[in-house]
Formats: sequence, C-alpha cells, structure tokens
Amino acid sequence: MTATADNVPAEQRSRRDRREVQAVKSDRAKDEARLGWLLAGPAFVIMLAVTAYPIAQAVFDSLFSYRLTAPDERSFIFLDNYILLFSDWVFWSAFLVTLFITVVTVAIELVLGFALAMVMHRALKRIRGPLRTAILVPYAIITVVAAFAWYFMFDINSGFINKWFSWVPGISAELDWFANTGTALTVIMAAEIWKTTPFIALLLLAGLAQVPDELLEAARVDGATRWQLLRRVIIPNMKAAIMVAVLFRALDAFRIFDSVFIMTYGDAGTEVLALLAYRQSISRLEIGLGSAVSVVLFACVLLMCFIAVKMFKVDLASGTDTGGAQGGGEK
Amino acid sequence: MGRPARGRATRLIAAAAAAGALLLTSCGNADETPVLTWYINPDDGGQQALAQKCTEEADGAYRIQTSLLPNDAPAQREQLARRLAAGDSSLDIMSIDPPFIPELAEPEFLAPVPEDVAERTTEDTLEGALAGAMWNDELVTIPFWANTQILWYRKSVAEEAGLDMDEPVTWDQLIEAADEQEKYLSIQGTRAESMTVWVNALMESQGESILVDPSAGAEELETALDSDAGRKTAEIIGTIGQEGLAGPGVASLDENQSMLMFQRDNGSFMVNWPFVWAATNAAAEEGSIDAEIPEDMGWAEYPRVDADTPAAPPLGGINLGVGAQSEHPDLAYQAIECIVRPENQTEYFVTNGNPPSSASAFDDPSIEEDYPMADTIREALDNAAPRPQTPFYNEISESIQDQFTPVSTVDPETTPAQTDAYITEVLRGERLL
Repeated sequence: MTATADNVPAEQRSRRDRREVQAVKSDRAKDEARLGWLLAGPAFVIMLAVTAYPIAQAVFDSLFSYRLTAPDERSFIFLDNYILLFSDWVFWSAFLVTLFITVVTVAIELVLGFALAMVMHRALKRIRGPLRTAILVPYAIITVVAAFAWYFMFDINSGFINKWFSWVPGISAELDWFANTGTALTVIMAAEIWKTTPFIALLLLAGLAQVPDELLEAARVDGATRWQLLRRVIIPNMKAAIMVAVLFRALDAFRIFDSVFIMTYGDAGTEVLALLAYRQSISRLEIGLGSAVSVVLFACVLLMCFIAVKMFKVDLASGTDTGGAQGGGEK
Repeated sequence: MGRPARGRATRLIAAAAAAGALLLTSCGNADETPVLTWYINPDDGGQQALAQKCTEEADGAYRIQTSLLPNDAPAQREQLARRLAAGDSSLDIMSIDPPFIPELAEPEFLAPVPEDVAERTTEDTLEGALAGAMWNDELVTIPFWANTQILWYRKSVAEEAGLDMDEPVTWDQLIEAADEQEKYLSIQGTRAESMTVWVNALMESQGESILVDPSAGAEELETALDSDAGRKTAEIIGTIGQEGLAGPGVASLDENQSMLMFQRDNGSFMVNWPFVWAATNAAAEEGSIDAEIPEDMGWAEYPRVDADTPAAPPLGGINLGVGAQSEHPDLAYQAIECIVRPENQTEYFVTNGNPPSSASAFDDPSIEEDYPMADTIREALDNAAPRPQTPFYNEISESIQDQFTPVSTVDPETTPAQTDAYITEVLRGERLL
C-alpha cells in the first residue's frame, strides 16, 4: 500500500519535473527556432522571390493564349494549352526522348561512377587527391563549351572522329552523326555521360567511405567472395548515397538542354522537353504554350522527387554522410 | 625593396582612381548629347564605322553607340521582339532582317516613319528592297542594304558540261551536270532559315507565292505549296537530296559550309550571297585554298526552274527601324538618313561586301573594282522576291524548315501537301511546332 501511496506522488513529481524540463527545453527550442528563422529567413524570402514567383507566373501564363507580338489578343483559355500538348505527338516524342536520355545516361553513369569510385577508394589511396581533381575536370567544364567540343569532334565537316575511327564498321568519312536520331542521341548521351560521371563518382566515393571496415573484415573472415562482399555488404551500406546520386542526376538529366541545343537544336528527332519549352516561349514567342510545357516539365521533376523520397525512401536531409536508414558510420 | 614598391603602387592606383572619378564626373556634367543606341547585326565593322561617321557629322546633335545582336537572323528577331514587347526605350535604331518586319510592325512596335524622311530615303531604292520595307502599303522601315543570291560556278565544270553560262541555266541542267561529273552542288540543306530562302526562291521563280493572301489573319492564312509549283519545288530539292548531289554533309550545309564545299575539288555550282566572293579571295590570298580557285569562279543569274520563266532570286538585307518607345525618334530618323545615304551604302558594300539597296549607290566606280559581278547582283536585286510577308512568318518558315529537311526525304507527292496542312494546324493553334 505504502509503496503504492509513495509511488503516486513520485510519479506525479517525475511527470511535473519532466514537464518543467520540457518547458525549459521548449523555451530554449523556441529561441533556437527564432534564431533559425532569423538566419534562414532572408534566404528563404529570396528563394521564394526567385523561384516561387516565376513558377506561379508560369502556371498563370499557361492558362492563356498569349503571343508576345500580339499583346492585345491575349485571352484566357483555361487548360487548352495542356490539352494541345497531351494530344500532340511532338510533345510525346520530346517526352520519350527526354526519358530515354535520362534512363540510359543515369544507368551508365552509375556503373561507370561506381567503378571510378572503387578505383579511387581502393587501389589508389595515395594519389586520391590529385586523381579526384583530375576526374572532376569534365564536370568543371561549362556544359555549352563541352557540347561545342563534342559537336566539333563529330561534325562531318570539321570532326576527326570519322577519320580516326574509320576502321570501325559503320563509321566512314560520309557518316553525318547529327543527321540520324540514333547516332545523334549517341553523341549527345556520350557527352552527358563524359561530363557528369565524375559527379556520381564523387557522391559514391563519399558513400563508400561510410561502409564500416569491421563489417568488411567480418565478412572476409566468414569467407565471403569479392562479389558477395560487394552485393551483401558494400552496396546495402551505401544505398542512401546511391539513391541520392541517382536522384540528383536523374533530375539533372531530365532537364537536359545545352547539349541538344548546341549539337542538333532538336533536329533529327532529338528534341527534349526543355528545348520544346524554349522553342515555344523564346523562338515562337508563344508565352502561354511555352509556359505550359515548362509547367509539365516541372511537374515531371516534382513527380520524380516524390517517387524517390516516398517510394525509395531517399533521405535527402541525411545526405551521404550518415548512411541514411543504415545509421552507421560514426567516423 | 618590396615595401616601398607596394606603397608606390598603392599611391599610383589611388591617384588613378581619383583621376578616373574626376574624369567621370566631368564627363557626366559636360556631355548631355542624346545617345542613340543602334542594335546592329554582326558584320565586318561597317556599321560601327558608319555610326562614328554620322556621330561626327551630327556635330553634337546626337551620338550613336552600337550594340551587337546575335549571329543569326532568327535570334536577332527574338531579342528585338522581346525588348520591343517589354517597352525597352533603348531601341533607337535597329537593324532588322526584312521577313520579320511585319511581325514587329503589326503590333505597332515600330515608330512611324516621317513622310519627308520616307521620301528622301527611298528616292532610288531598288524595287525588291522597297517591297521588303513595307507593311500594309506603308513604309515602316528604311532600306539600308539589300542582299540577293546569284549562281556561282566553277568555270572548268561548266565548260566540261558544255553549258553556256551567258545564257540562263535551269536547276535541271545543274543537277545533270553535277551528276555526270560526280561533283557536289552547293545548296543550303540544313534545317535553318536558308531552307525557307531556297523554297521561296524556287516557288517565286515559277511565278507563284507561298502565301495565298499575305494579309490574312492566323485563322485564315493559307499556303499554296500543294500546287504544281510546290511539287516542282519539292522535286528539285528531293532529287538533289536523294541522289546525294549535295554531298554527305548536306544536313549541315549552311551558307558558309556550302561555300567551303564549293572551294574543294568536288565543287561545281553554288547558289549563295555575294559574301562568298570576298571570302574566297581572302582564303586564296591566305593560302588556305588553292590560289587558282578565284580564277575558276564565275557568276551568273540565279538558276531558273523553267527555262522560259525568269528566276526570282532570294531577297535579303537589312532595314533600319526605330522603336516605338524610343525617347528620340526624330533624332533616330535623322541618324538613319545619314546612315543610308548612297555614298555610305557604297562604302559599306566595298568594305563589308553587303550590296546597296539604292540604285545610284551602284554607280560608284569603286564597286566595279572589288565586285566585278556588281551588275549581275543589281539585276538580281531588281528581280528578287521577298519571303512571305506576314506577322506569322516565323511559324511558316519553321514549318517549312521542319518539313523540307532532311532533303533526302522530300517527296513531291507528299511533302508540299503535308507542309500546307502542318502550317495551317500550327497557325490555328492545333499543334506544336
């Protein structure tokens, strides 16, 4: 009985204590939150001004039939621009080409990037610094410049690829790389892969560094083969890094513009969504239609983010440093 | 050693900065001359020189400063249209490619041309160039220079083909000659403005126009490619494409690339603007091409489609317009009057290779020296036909480029009809472009 009687006040006391602690904590938390807002507020406002406002404007404009050189004929047409888009093969072709480029480049980059990361992580620890810098060079080159370099390499008039590789079946002095969909897309994707593989490699390298050595040693002691080590230990432990790398690159690849703009300008069936938006808004000056394409492109990117975050549980906040769900790595 | 030197350097920089500031403020106070901004297309510095010359002549009434537009005509149009639509007041003088004039004139983006200026500046303007400066029967821009294409040929090739180049030749003859000698025809096969230039010239050379009624609105505008003339046009382009007569790189043949092809061993005939003459001579002098090539280079009137119908070569050039929001439209028109004076047009031709739009500017003897084909160019300008004049030119041109490339797929039975339908749907807002 006494024990029970004693227990009650003790419990109450401890609850009160906890409440007090909570109150103290929440005061402090409030201060911290306020400080946080003060620090992040200006940046947040600027972000809203430069992103939310234009996005809202684009959504608004996409509901109008609006041609820049006929300002008086602007009229509200609700979803007609979207209906036109979704019923036009030009849009679907651009959509599929974009999707194709995204899937192929990200897949190849992931494999190549992983290989590069392994090389940097394992074999060449001593020269890792200079090697990392060297590998990053393509990523540091401005996309437009890289696109021109690749264009001139393959161009039928000024390129040297046709001459150097004339021994490869299918390549001859008469091959115009940018006149056929297949060859043009190959060059465009090669340029993209060359340029952004270093980015993936670096993200994966960070992920590799998080795989605990103890786990690897334990697996080795248990007699795991290299392949088993890779599949069962390394990859599961850097899943978060892989997912972040894939998500970032996929979002980037889906918005591809520069390479296509420079190399083919959408010729030979290589039109992508960003270029389609550009051509409607900038070249045709059809602000309404162009905005609609941009909004659809934005929606696609949002959808990809959503799928990645919700379905594959990519933890963007934890990034690559703690290994996300695995929670490992306290080095 | 290091310290005193650094001290001196700091003092020097400070002194320079102070002097610079003084200079700036004094300039700001004393110089109240109105500044006219002239948006120019890239050239060999001729427009910059004219801006300087006219500034000097104005004697303080105004000062012209130039601002460079992008390289190709459609990109120039994009920038001008965006700035005009946004009410940019810096567009005092603009160098505009004629096909895009209706699009800018229709929404009244251009300041009206004062009657007296119109009269004085178009006294002896060549007919084709004048037509390109009008919209709705009104002069909306002032012709500055006019361009046209002529037929360039390798004398050796023409001789072997047995062609008398003093007489007009037809496209069929050129195709046959190139085919027999296994040479390449230098045309422009890339998906660009040059494709519309070619299609339009082939149509106009048969006495037909691409547009049924240029003044129609977007809903009613119709094109006439699905006609005998359109089918013949597609036949010529398609034959050259399918038989590989323009070489393997036809999809990237623009004006410059087709000139380079003409200069090589398999060059034969070329339709192109007069810039190729100066460029080929310069390349021969430099030694980058065979020195004999300019000698072997002849010129003639633009090829005919039908032996009995005179050809209507393409018309290009630059007209000068004044932005509606300009703060000094009167001064801008004064400056334009100075720029387009016949002697300035002559000088511009001689130094930059762009032919005058004024007939009397051709009379200058200095032209004959540098451009022995000046008479051929002048005659061509008289016969030249503008591209479709409509505010929807960009849509029409891009549709034609889309449908007529790659040239190897052009089929007289299907391409013209498809192009007509395509243009109609784009203009009605029923499909993307």
